[in-house]
This record gives sequence, C-alpha cells and structure tokens, in this order.
Amino acid sequence: MQVKLRSPNTVMKLSRLGSFHQSKLSFLRSFLKEFKDWEYKNDLFDLNADGYGTAIYSFRKNERVYSLICFANKISDEERSDRVIATKWDAAFTLHDGVPSKKDIERLKNEVPKQEIGRLTYKELTLSRANKSVRVFNHVVERLTNGNQPDLNLLEKVGYLYRTTAVYGSGKFGLADRFRIKNREEINGPFRLEMMLVYLVRQFTFDQVNHIAKSKNPKKAVRLDVDICKNLGIGNSTGLGMAPFIVNHPTLLNNWVMSREMALKKIREIKEVKIGEKKIFKKSLKNSLKNITSWNTQSDYQKKKIKYLLKDVKRFLNFIETELNFESNYPFNKIYLWLEREACDECIEYIVSMMMEPFDHITEPLIKLMSSNEDKYFTIPAHRTIGDLKNIIEERYPDILKINYEKRENLKNFWFISKNKEEPRYADRFVEDGADLEQPLAIARDIKRLYDKLLITKNDLTIDKFLFHNSNLRHVVRRAFIIENFPYSEIQDNTIGENVIPIDMLRLKLSFFGALKFDPRSDKWLRICMFQGAPLPHQLKNFDQQWIYN
Amino acid sequence: MKSLSEIDITSKRASKAAGFSWGVAEEIGKNIRLLESFGLAGIKNLNQYFISRKTKKFENLNLITKNNKPKKNTFCPIVLGVSFLDQIKSLENLSSIKFNKISFPLLFLPFLSRSSEIIGKKIYLKFNNFKFLCNMNLNILSNLAKHDCPILANNVEINIIENKDNFSEREWKSLYKLSEETFVEETESLKKSAAGAGLTDND
Repeated sequence: MQVKLRSPNTVMKLSRLGSFHQSKLSFLRSFLKEFKDWEYKNDLFDLNADGYGTAIYSFRKNERVYSLICFANKISDEERSDRVIATKWDAAFTLHDGVPSKKDIERLKNEVPKQEIGRLTYKELTLSRANKSVRVFNHVVERLTNGNQPDLNLLEKVGYLYRTTAVYGSGKFGLADRFRIKNREEINGPFRLEMMLVYLVRQFTFDQVNHIAKSKNPKKAVRLDVDICKNLGIGNSTGLGMAPFIVNHPTLLNNWVMSREMALKKIREIKEVKIGEKKIFKKSLKNSLKNITSWNTQSDYQKKKIKYLLKDVKRFLNFIETELNFESNYPFNKIYLWLEREACDECIEYIVSMMMEPFDHITEPLIKLMSSNEDKYFTIPAHRTIGDLKNIIEERYPDILKINYEKRENLKNFWFISKNKEEPRYADRFVEDGADLEQPLAIARDIKRLYDKLLITKNDLTIDKFLFHNSNLRHVVRRAFIIENFPYSEIQDNTIGENVIPIDMLRLKLSFFGALKFDPRSDKWLRICMFQGAPLPHQLKNFDQQWIYN
Repeated sequence: MKSLSEIDITSKRASKAAGFSWGVAEEIGKNIRLLESFGLAGIKNLNQYFISRKTKKFENLNLITKNNKPKKNTFCPIVLGVSFLDQIKSLENLSSIKFNKISFPLLFLPFLSRSSEIIGKKIYLKFNNFKFLCNMNLNILSNLAKHDCPILANNVEINIIENKDNFSEREWKSLYKLSEETFVEETESLKKSAAGAGLTDND
C-alpha cells in the first residue's frame, strides 16, 4: 500500500505547526544517541562556597574534544531578567572546540558573561546564558544543606533549576561559522552542539547545588538524589528571536518537516506490526499521560489545548484497546485515519510523534537528512519563464492566494529588528512607527503581490527580464523556486494577520529541538523544558530510548 | 575576527539600507561573504561604494550584450552583476563580453564567480592590468595580490572559457604510460577467471 505524504497545505498551517511535539527525530534525542559512547568528564570545578566561579565539562572521543566552560556570577535579584534586554545573568556558558588553554579561559572569562556585546572566536562553537529559578534553586540548596531531599511537588511544578534565555551558534558574535565544522560526522544533524551545551549546563546546575550545600554544611549536607536529577531538565525562555529563523531557512525547515512526514508515511505503510513494536508504542503512550498531566501553564490558550489533548488521548487509548486490532494489516494507517477523523490538532501530532518510537530503522536514516546545504538552492533559475513561476505559486500556495490584503486585519502587523539588541520584534503597523523598516518576513503577502504582478505579465517572458523592473519581488521569486522542490519549506499562513499567534512559530522549532511542557507567557514568548527525564552523563552508555516517557 | 555569517548578515542589511531591494541585498550578502572567504576586500569595497553612492550617480544596465557602454556615468557593479548572474545561460553563448567603465569592479567579481558555477565553465575577467580567473565558485585566481582593487575599471573584458584540457595530448600520454606500470599483464588464465561476465555473452 502506498500512502501519500500529507499535504503541506495542511501540515504547514500555523495552528498545526503550533501543535507539534518532540519525537525521535528531535535534536536533543539524536544528540544523546550520537554522543552516548563519548567519554564525559568534569575537567575543572573551581567554585567558591557560594557557587560562583568557573567549571569545565567535556565530551571526548579519539582526538576530538568539546569543552563546556561555565562562568557562574553573583547578580542581584533586580538584575535578573529573562528578557533579551538583560545585561547580567546567573551563569554564562560557551562550548569550546578542543581543550581550552589558561589563556583561552582568561579571555573567555572576560567575554562570555557579556554575551551579545562580548566577542568570541572561531574556537568557540556556541554561547549561552541562564538564570536560576530562584524559588527552586534556593529551596533545593536549603534542603540539601540540612541533609534532606527537596519537595518533589515543587520540583514537578517547575522542572528545572536554571533556565537558559538564549543559545547562540553558527557565527554569531564571532563564534565559529558552520562551514568550519560541517563535515564532522558527530554533528551531522542540526543544532547538535547547541544541544550539547544545554545538556552539559544541566549537569552543571546539579553540581552547583551540591557544591553550595556541601560548602554550607560539610557534615550534614547530602547530594541531590540521582533519580531527582534525572527528572529535572533545563528550562528555557524563548521570545520572538526564534521565529524569523524558520522563515529565513526554508530548505532546512523543509528537511525537518519532510523527515517527520516521511517517517509517518513509512509507518502507515507497515503491513504487519511486530509484537515488540506494538508494546513499545502502547507503553510510551500510556507512560506519556504523566507528561500531559504534569504539564503546568498559566496560559488559558495552552490550558485549553492540554485539556483537549488529554481528552483525545484517553479516547484514543480506548480506541486502540477496544476497537483496533493490531494484528490486522496496516494498523498504523488505521490509527492515523482515526486521528484525522476524531482528534484535535494537538492530539494528532502528539500521536504522530509517538508512532515513531518503535521504529529506529525508519527514523535513523531520516535524522541524517535533516541538515541542509542552503547555498546550493540560493540562486534563482532566471532562465525560466513567468508561466513556470505562476504554476509553482498556484500549486504550492493555494490558500495564500485567497488572502485579501486589502483588508487591514490581514496586514495588521510587521516584523522588525530592534536597534537595542538587534532582536526581531512584532508590532502593529497602524499603531507603532517603523513599518517602513519592515523585515522580509511577510512571505504570504509578498507572494500574493508577486502573483498579482504575474497575472498581468506574459507567460513566455523569462524571469531575468521580469526582474529588471520588479527587483522588489526578487526575494519571493527566489522562495517560489525553492518551494518547487521543497514542499514543506514555507509556512502556509499569513504571518502578519490580526489573528496570528507568533508562539506557534516558536513551538514548531522548539518541538524539533525536543522541548517539553510549552508554557506560553503571552502570544510572543514562552517557557519550555529540555532534557527532563534524560539520562545523566554517567548513564549515557546504556539508556532507555523511551526515557522521555518514563 | 568577524565570522562569515556576520559579514553576510551585516552586508545584507547595509545594502537594504543603501536602497537595494531585499532580494538584491541577499545577493550582496552572499557575495561579500564569498569575497572575504577568498581573501578579497569585500567589506572595504562595499563600504567605499556605498559612500560614493551618496554623491555619485551610477548607471544601471539590465540587458547585457556583447559590447556594453554606459551613456553618461559608470556602471553600477551590483545591478550589472545581478543582470549578469540572471542572464548567464544566454550570455554563455557570447563567449566574450566587453564593458566600459564599471565602478568598484571587485563587487562585480563574485557575480562572475557564481555564474561560473552555474554554467560549469571558468570565467576570465580582465581590466586595467588585473586578471581574475573564476573557477566554478571554488576559488578565484588573480594577480591582484596585495594591491587595492581600483575603484574604476575602464575597459573590461570577460571571456567564458570552454571546458578543455590545459595540457597537451603528449603530456597526457606520457603520464598515462607511467600509470600503466601499476597494471598487471593479462594472461589467458586471468582472462577466464578474474572478471565477471563470460567470454561470449550471446545468450
């Protein structure tokens, strides 16, 4: 049986993308798998009694070494902010390529805590900073100091000791360009070094609380229980900075979503499912209910989504227990068709992720296809014709062509870069100044403009000649030729309309990272948790692949 | 040191601010990144060009022909470059193209380099006393060395070089003969047993 790939016009809608969940394809899970047999080491732990100072952690294999350098600093409560405008953080980190020399550490001590206004070199791969969840951090330190383990209810509500507020890579602030490292086998997957940084930061947070407690009360203090550590992750506060990324990297976006869609297609095409595979799927699903019921958020928008998710997952469980015969042919296709018929977007994508759990042989090869050589697809094939371009747009952007941009509500907002920290922002063009400096992120509107122009242009005219007088549309001409070969490269929605929820764009990216527990704090930023439940570095050699649901 | 990613993004944004469309600004970002990665003074020339744009008018050339002369001013290297890149499939047939007066010719160079990759042929550029060989966007050979690239190229000649060997048949034969010394002499027995198909395959 041949199953068709799902239509980009369904999958690439913001509401659907904003319902994506982590899966076996997610970068933090593929990172753990790739680095499981690397040697982990804490090379330096030079913190004072209050937990401030420098620490270094490394992963090494053969001649290759990656070192996380941590700088923990004292800041006042007034200075602590997760917003990008902050200038100080509880800790700052960089992932160094190799073993840092004393000179490197001194240089980085001066630059890394400054973050965006510091300068890094090609020897550094990623850069980040994090703030304590003060409530949880202080509670854990106090309990450990007095010889007790922390209150698990409190830990469950938050899920981490620190949250990162930005993770930078790929040439930002002088960091190494991607081309310098792209041929390394172990990082043949997107954001792998960013994941390594976050994972090692998680270990630092445990070591720091243990160290402070021990320093405060050497005789009585106890270490944070290993199982408790395992159930803590690293938080992350994420704002709009992430949103333009998925617009600015169309082929990469396609490769992420295409891998997910290919996995789903291949799973639906499995005629007979083995008993072991069925068991993994069912066990993951049942265990995952805990992830839903412990998903805390103050956001009414997300609360509603969680409520429907839980309700539909329970109905789905009932369906597979009472109606579905797993021994029948193509059971996962039956499952998917049931979902499309019966479940909300959030539940459909939740189960789609879950369906990948038993099938390493399907997901593993796809993980290798999730990077992209973007430069290869940059040049416009200007020898082609207007007729070609028109056909591509009609085929690939059907719903976008229906949007009426004469209506104010459809072009209400604009994306811009703030002067303050060079970060992307989103504002009402009819209220705020700056729309004349709009970033080229309103792709749907510009595609519509291009199409309107094409309608009054001769079909046999070549693109080079069209561009003589339509240079303002060049960026979308490029995109249209990209989407011809990369069907999932474009969000099939208006990103500047009145009803857009920008965090849907963030959620798409974060789900591919492997984030859990999306907690929107407004329509423009959210908190998440990463690596919660993940094996600790010393457990990496042999760990349960379904750790995320245990 | 600035990363190539920073060079790309900043050049793109500056180009938009200087008045180019986003699509052209994207091309400029990629080009300056390319020049800098090849050790050529992209940022310096782009800066000089943008300063010069404030007081000087440049001429745009859209349709490129065999001989191209500006009417009044000098050619804008960006608009000319974009046209060259977009029209390369048809320009390929001309084999030799001439221009008079291109301002900031170094900014025109990466368009040639990328065009060379598209058609899979080397492109040779000559102006004043400088020569550049664009090798399918893999590298650019030049005698520019440590000289600053002039800000005006008066008589510019571009040759699209047909793919051909740059050695003689005699030189090739000599090398091939030496390579044969790694081969094993074939015997009757090896003929029968050392390869896959049969000696006759008429079935």
